[in-house]
Amino acid sequence: MKTIHLSEVRDRIKDLVQKANFELQDDVLAVITSMEKVEESPAALAVFEQMKQNADVAREERLGLCQDTGLAVFFVELGEDVELDKNDGIQSLKHAIEEGARLGYQEGYLRKSVVEDPIRRKNTGDNTPVFIHWELEPGETFKITFIAKGGGAENMSAIRMFAPAAGQEGIEDFVVETAERGGSNPCPPIIVGVGVGGNFEYSALLAKKALLRRPLGSHNSDPFYAEMEKRLLERINKLGIGPQGMGGRCTALAVHVESFPCHIASMPAAVNIQCHSHRVLSFEM
Amino acid sequence: MSEHRITTPVSDETIALFKAGDKIYISGYLYTGRDSAHKKLIDLVKEGKDLPIDVKGQMIYYVGPTPARPGKPIGSAGPTTSYRMDSYAPTLYAMGLKGTIGKGARSAEVKDSLKKNKAVYLASVGGAGALISKSIVEAEVIAYPELGPEAIRRVKVKDFPCIVINDMYGGDLYEEGKKQYRIAE
Repeated sequence: MKTIHLSEVRDRIKDLVQKANFELQDDVLAVITSMEKVEESPAALAVFEQMKQNADVAREERLGLCQDTGLAVFFVELGEDVELDKNDGIQSLKHAIEEGARLGYQEGYLRKSVVEDPIRRKNTGDNTPVFIHWELEPGETFKITFIAKGGGAENMSAIRMFAPAAGQEGIEDFVVETAERGGSNPCPPIIVGVGVGGNFEYSALLAKKALLRRPLGSHNSDPFYAEMEKRLLERINKLGIGPQGMGGRCTALAVHVESFPCHIASMPAAVNIQCHSHRVLSFEM
Repeated sequence: MSEHRITTPVSDETIALFKAGDKIYISGYLYTGRDSAHKKLIDLVKEGKDLPIDVKGQMIYYVGPTPARPGKPIGSAGPTTSYRMDSYAPTLYAMGLKGTIGKGARSAEVKDSLKKNKAVYLASVGGAGALISKSIVEAEVIAYPELGPEAIRRVKVKDFPCIVINDMYGGDLYEEGKKQYRIAE
């Protein structure tokens, strides 16, 4: 049995949300640098330059890489043999995460981007509630992954319930169409998370989980999906949208596909679009 | 592609110089506003009431900044996606607004309104909010403080970098750029 103190989880989350928002990670910078080499458009090259300068300023001054510091989305992998110590007035793991995020967004001068009702739209003032996806596992795993998910890119995401007859081609066309429809809106060069299979809600979750894969641009361990990822990246980068939509060779930095078994009648597919300011960070205890 | 250094407020003659793809460096004052503030402004127009800002000759920057750290005028302050303001923008252009600054494509109605009212749509680099904050030297909330990041601010800018997306002649950098670099399958 492993014991995790919830006050420690809160403190780690408080630091995590800030670090993710201030420091563009090395794998993201590496992909940006390699894509810059294939870019031909002068306007696009100027955008790449500003993306790198922006990363320097954000890191040095502890400023949000983007003013949209996102909904705070967490994926928790929790081992069933982990004992949670409810210390320091923290009643639950959910409470520890929510409190850590609330404190981190406050302390880091991060934007509060949550409204308490989708139609009546009053800001909650502390960027809560956060969004937590739980995965219970055997053993003593304790891992939390955070993604700061901005609204601009999230809005360009899509889901479709295909008939199985649509096949691989139907899904690939849908991914490319979704990237094209997003155009200049989601802050290209984008990262494309694709979830294939599962059911209606599970495909969307898979698409978001695809965005979490590190390092950025690495491929699915199944060669079939690895090839699909390469083909999709090539097709999206032929669209001409380019960085910030001003025309160019680099519309996407990476495509990650995740799959799951599904119903004999169904072939769900979801595409979660992410901006170039890809803020994903994890810790384990 | 040319470069222009301008100071707000701007005249029709200045707007007439701008072509899609030109680089613009703005100094002077900009107003900030996004979804909720626009809804409130347009509600006032519908009710025939005065707006808290006079948009004539001015530019609106679509931004919801992060809070300012102590001693700084503003936090991270890059553009938000503009299409969400498409249903509101033509009304403001008709009232004399000369420019909006954001990112992402505009509707046909907005583009028509630019031609009709001699106005422009500019973009700054999305996702470069930390860098862009360096061009903002002062910021003051002047309306709707209850909206938090969505409040209307008056910001003083110095050489604030933008690029012309839509000019008053129908030029569209997004369309032109995509056409130039698209590779047919």
